Amino acid sequence: MLSQYLFILLFTAMALVVPVMAIMMGHLLGPRHPDPVKNAVYESGMETIGDTWVQFRAQYYLIALIFVVFDVEAVFLFPIALAYKDVNALGAGAAIFFILLLLVGLLYDWRKGALEWQ
Amino acid sequence: MPTLPVPTFTQVVFVLIAAFTVISGLGVVVARNLFHSALLLAATFFGVAGLYVMLEAEFLAVTQILIYVGAVATLITFAIMLTRGAMHGETNPLNRQWGKAALFAFLFLVGLLGYLGGIPWPAPFQAIQADEGLIARLGEQLVTRYMVSLEVMGLLLMVALVGAILLARDDKP
Repeated sequence: MLSQYLFILLFTAMALVVPVMAIMMGHLLGPRHPDPVKNAVYESGMETIGDTWVQFRAQYYLIALIFVVFDVEAVFLFPIALAYKDVNALGAGAAIFFILLLLVGLLYDWRKGALEWQ
Repeated sequence: MPTLPVPTFTQVVFVLIAAFTVISGLGVVVARNLFHSALLLAATFFGVAGLYVMLEAEFLAVTQILIYVGAVATLITFAIMLTRGAMHGETNPLNRQWGKAALFAFLFLVGLLGYLGGIPWPAPFQAIQADEGLIARLGEQLVTRYMVSLEVMGLLLMVALVGAILLARDDKP
């Protein structure tokens, strides 16, 4: 069972080694003739105005909070979906009620205008 | 002269993942920049997911990645990016209480080691047949035996949805 994850491990190792190698090779083998234009932040582009670390709008946080709740809901729906053919009507009703509870929350957020970008 | 036992491949992988987790966890605490701490926290969550995989707890591992790495770490990153001036320079400095915190962490470690020392390793356990039916059985239990828990959790999540709006939104009708 665990040996199935050997591929993920190999994949992770490859994903780390290949880009690092590519950058290292370019760094070691590539010619280097720097001049001010080449060293500019964006070669033949516009200089950015102001700081790149801007303060985000608070509404992103609200959307993220709503996202976390539905992420948790999705995690619990996966095993129920897998067991779908084994559950009886009462079990299916429980799952539907679970979804409906969260739908009420979503409707509340919707009515309060939390989903609208302002 | 006794020779050291040759570690198995699984043990080597475990040590690598555990070291990754511990080092990133330490980085969360000691990083001077708060944003680096948040990124290292996501790395720690990944490491813990790796440990869950090694314990053959696939559902927990997927949950860990989906919720903790995908949602909670994102939420924390947002919270830092929302805060004015939280990303520049030393935003996560040592404060005067680090000595006390270190003391309590050490005491906790001593207590934990004392507890772990009392367990007869390897601890007796009942192996579960970890096949593809495991998660399906979990789902079946969720809607039968743990039905009330599931609904209470749904209620809790709904309260979280409503509470988030009440707390975080501007007061507009």
